[in-house]
Amino acid sequence: MSWFTRKDKGIQTPTEAKREAPDGLWYQCPNCKKVTHTREHRALAWTCPHCNHHERIGSADYFSLLFDENQFSELDANLTSGDPLHFVDTKKYPERIRATEKKTGLKDAVRTGFGRMNDLDVVIACMDFAFIGGSMGSVVGEKIARAIDYALAHKIPFVMISRSGGARMMEAGFSLMQMAKTSAKLALLAEAKVPYISLLTDPTTGGVTASYAMLGDFNIAEPGALIGFAGPRVIRETIGKDLPKGFQSAEFVLEHGFLDFIVDRKDLKMKLSGLLEMLR
Amino acid sequence: MRTLLDFEKPIAELENKLEDMKRLAAENNVDVGVAVQTLEDSIGQLRRETFQNLTRWQRVQLSRHPDRPYTLDYIERMCDQFIELHGDRTVADDEAIVGGLGELAGQTVLFIGQQKGRNTKQRQQRNFGMPNPEGYRKALRLMKLAEKFGKPIVTLIDTPGAFPGLEAEERGQGEAIARNLRDMFLLKVPVICIIIGEGASGGALGIAIGDRVLMLENTWYSVISPESCSTILWRSRDYKEQAAEALKLTANDMLGNGLVDGIVPEPLGGAHLDFEAIAQTVKETILSTLGELNQFSPEERINQRIEKFSRMGVVQE
Ligand SMILES: [Zn+2]
Repeated sequence: MSWFTRKDKGIQTPTEAKREAPDGLWYQCPNCKKVTHTREHRALAWTCPHCNHHERIGSADYFSLLFDENQFSELDANLTSGDPLHFVDTKKYPERIRATEKKTGLKDAVRTGFGRMNDLDVVIACMDFAFIGGSMGSVVGEKIARAIDYALAHKIPFVMISRSGGARMMEAGFSLMQMAKTSAKLALLAEAKVPYISLLTDPTTGGVTASYAMLGDFNIAEPGALIGFAGPRVIRETIGKDLPKGFQSAEFVLEHGFLDFIVDRKDLKMKLSGLLEMLR
Repeated sequence: MRTLLDFEKPIAELENKLEDMKRLAAENNVDVGVAVQTLEDSIGQLRRETFQNLTRWQRVQLSRHPDRPYTLDYIERMCDQFIELHGDRTVADDEAIVGGLGELAGQTVLFIGQQKGRNTKQRQQRNFGMPNPEGYRKALRLMKLAEKFGKPIVTLIDTPGAFPGLEAEERGQGEAIARNLRDMFLLKVPVICIIIGEGASGGALGIAIGDRVLMLENTWYSVISPESCSTILWRSRDYKEQAAEALKLTANDMLGNGLVDGIVPEPLGGAHLDFEAIAQTVKETILSTLGELNQFSPEERINQRIEKFSRMGVVQE
């Protein structure tokens, strides 16, 4: 399936803009509308002190939360997208990529790196929703595949943080095969008994859910995250009625048996390292 | 009743004319041999011209032709015996995916395939070839069974997508497909995957991880259907032709991009014109491909399978 946007809650506003609003000092929660000082919001791992809404954050934020002293070595930082299909919709694909690079300062929708987390070696791959809806094309698939290769070669646990609308349409068949490629690498990782933790964050849908995001030894999620294969709009159109409240929320997915637990972002580093510690 | 696509109609009109001519000639006992020959020639020429220059959208239409052979049509014609096996052993039997053991030229092969329905009742029963998680789990259960007894696996892919329903989500559609992707890479027996109709996204890929992935000539395989792509990019379903062009979703496109391993030719005019012929071609293709794959050890096949998919993608360093 493809990336999509949700209309409610002003979620389409870029994270940066919201975090700085209204004057760079205050953050207004899109859920409860209450205002928090940005310093406090940052100290709470970008969660709301009033309603615990987990703001959508990107790879730089997760890396700073998880790697000790924010020290890490980035892998394949300069990998960028080709245009194998010469895809044109309302814009040429390479132009869309360049415009998005400029807007976000990112090269594509995932960054990967290795470092230490509470003194444990770890490889982390983290998606950036700001880059074309976190969509998975060749770069995303290849960077994740290489990060898994690194984890395999060094026998270091792998942590994947997903936040994606699914496969990237502009690379069509190539995008589809990234699901296969990443799953192939995870098969090797599983055979080698190297731990893999998959963290699903808001939103994780489509081809990402139907490949690496659901293949963790441990599948965990942030509270309230939208998690599903088909997007809510498509399901609503299929069944012709409104979806039950809480449908496809992390809590719903936990209840149906597809998650090990839900983790508050403030406890994420402790929970991840605690889990990995128990496997040593 | 035959269903005619727009670009099939001019050919069908000439064919009707030919029938009329033959009938009249027989009734009135006149010799129209030359005229018949001329007309037959022009029918042949028109058919060649039409089918050598199909647009991508026309191939999509052919892949969905209501008269096109479905999974069980192939299995019935290819196998001397077929024992269908049901159920995922957890929740249900999903009739959108069929599976079972077939006897193919003296060897036992496990067949898995999405199954579409021919009439309204069947289409509902088969859920339009859109599997629920139980279908993918049944498929994996049967594939592991085949592995246990050392039998090769053939999957026939024909789906407009995995079912986007409420229960499908509750029961983990994403997890079911993901698990198949990962576990199919480690199957010790040969796996051949053939797109016989529609290959829509994860719903197709969920049974399409193989040592050889082949596409019939008039099929499509991509990350999204042209209609859905059109809706998302152009906010309307009207741009499906452009979407089909942009997605490069035909067998030729996919082979050219190294995303599938081969193309199985169809009878001129499409697989629906001759079930026996296309079933025979597919059978011969399966047998010769199995011959190739049997030359490798299980470890070699698994390594090559993983290597092949790992190479897919275009990036700039
Ligand atoms: Zn709040």
